[in-house]
Amino acid sequence: MTSDNPIQQAVLWLNDPLNWTNPGGILDRLGEHLWISAAAVALGCVVAWPIGMWLGHTGRGGGAVVLISNLTLAIPTIALLTILPLTFLGFGKPPVIVALAVFAVPPLLANAYTGVRSIDPEARDAARGMGLSGWQVLTRVELPLAVPYLAAGFRTAAVQVVATAALASFVNGGGLGQIISAGFGLGIAVGGGQILAGGILVALLALLVESALALVERAVTPRPLRRAPRAARA
Amino acid sequence: MSFRLALQESPGNPWFSWQYVRDNSDTILAALREHATLTAEAVLIATLIAVPLAVVAYWFRPLTGPILALSGVLYTIPSLALLAFVAPYVGTTNPASVLIALVLYALLLIVRNALAGLNQVPAEARDAAQGMGYGRWGRLLRIDLPLALPGIVTGLRLATVSTVALVTVGALIGYGGLGDLIMTGFRNNFYKAEILTGAVMCVGLALVLDLVLATVGRLLTPWTRRGPA
Repeated sequence: MTSDNPIQQAVLWLNDPLNWTNPGGILDRLGEHLWISAAAVALGCVVAWPIGMWLGHTGRGGGAVVLISNLTLAIPTIALLTILPLTFLGFGKPPVIVALAVFAVPPLLANAYTGVRSIDPEARDAARGMGLSGWQVLTRVELPLAVPYLAAGFRTAAVQVVATAALASFVNGGGLGQIISAGFGLGIAVGGGQILAGGILVALLALLVESALALVERAVTPRPLRRAPRAARA
Repeated sequence: MSFRLALQESPGNPWFSWQYVRDNSDTILAALREHATLTAEAVLIATLIAVPLAVVAYWFRPLTGPILALSGVLYTIPSLALLAFVAPYVGTTNPASVLIALVLYALLLIVRNALAGLNQVPAEARDAAQGMGYGRWGRLLRIDLPLALPGIVTGLRLATVSTVALVTVGALIGYGGLGDLIMTGFRNNFYKAEILTGAVMCVGLALVLDLVLATVGRLLTPWTRRGPA
């Protein structure tokens, strides 16, 4: 049964159990997608949080943070995804993860920096007065107080990475985007439904992650700070 | 893996080659033109939709939430998925598919910044305009919008830079401007010079357009340069 309506085709495609359980089916792709995204965000955190917090702690490098954000905004994801496999990273998942991590860094970095910067100077002075060393101030005062910002940055970065991971399909990097690419490969007449179905899946996943992390962000933000606007969305 | 062999640093496949640029200047320029045109069209259309939306949200407070939420949801949806939503209806052989997806993306950045700009118009300025007998439209055109220009220009700059990067996604259906160069190079036995030329020109185009917009913004708002910002 073929119909001209892409939505009907998409529903039909989604209703075929084989499309879910086949090797390379939806479940496989979903697993890949989540795994790649999680690894990329984790890598981004490992790199961006210490640097951002250190820059915030010393109060230098605000300009550098902005510059990095603006530059990464201008780099096309596809360029990074195609260039990295040709370097020492080789093909497969590693270059995809590194490419996505690059896009996770700016929001993580900016929020870590702003989070530490926006701490009440009196709290910092009080900690100093109590005889805490610079390192202790950073870990015992600034880090806990910056957690709401870190959470906000994490949310932005994670959603961005989950959304961008769809592009990994351009270099056969796996993930849900692969369903869409395969659909485009079939041509619009045959693959139209699959394209739309893939689009729906990717969009749903992004929205799901966004709302789940919004709840997490709310949970870790102390009540009095909840109404404050979220700073530094890169 | 079989293609690892092709990866061996061969002298025939440098990262950058003038030879390539010279020999393919026609293709490169065509891709650049397509890229710039798509970007300009997308940002222009997005502005024409976004600024009135921001004004509506500014005038009617209850609409602010829904308008921001709607454009926020559009922004969360991955670019590839957006293309997947649009393409089956508009057609994959149609650059309009890419254009529509790009416009939807640029919307949020412009709406959000324009609204922030409008909200920053000082209450005194608004009161003064009211006292001078300006109506709603007169105040909007003579007072609110000019004063919100810095915010609007910021939104335009962000939208332009990210649109330049996003155009490349159109490569999937063959309307990706410089993205087509990148993808052809990738498929074409990993022709590094072609990939890097495409990528570098993308970043260059983004920086140039950003600079142009920043300059235009400065020229349009001479009052922001006087006194401490």
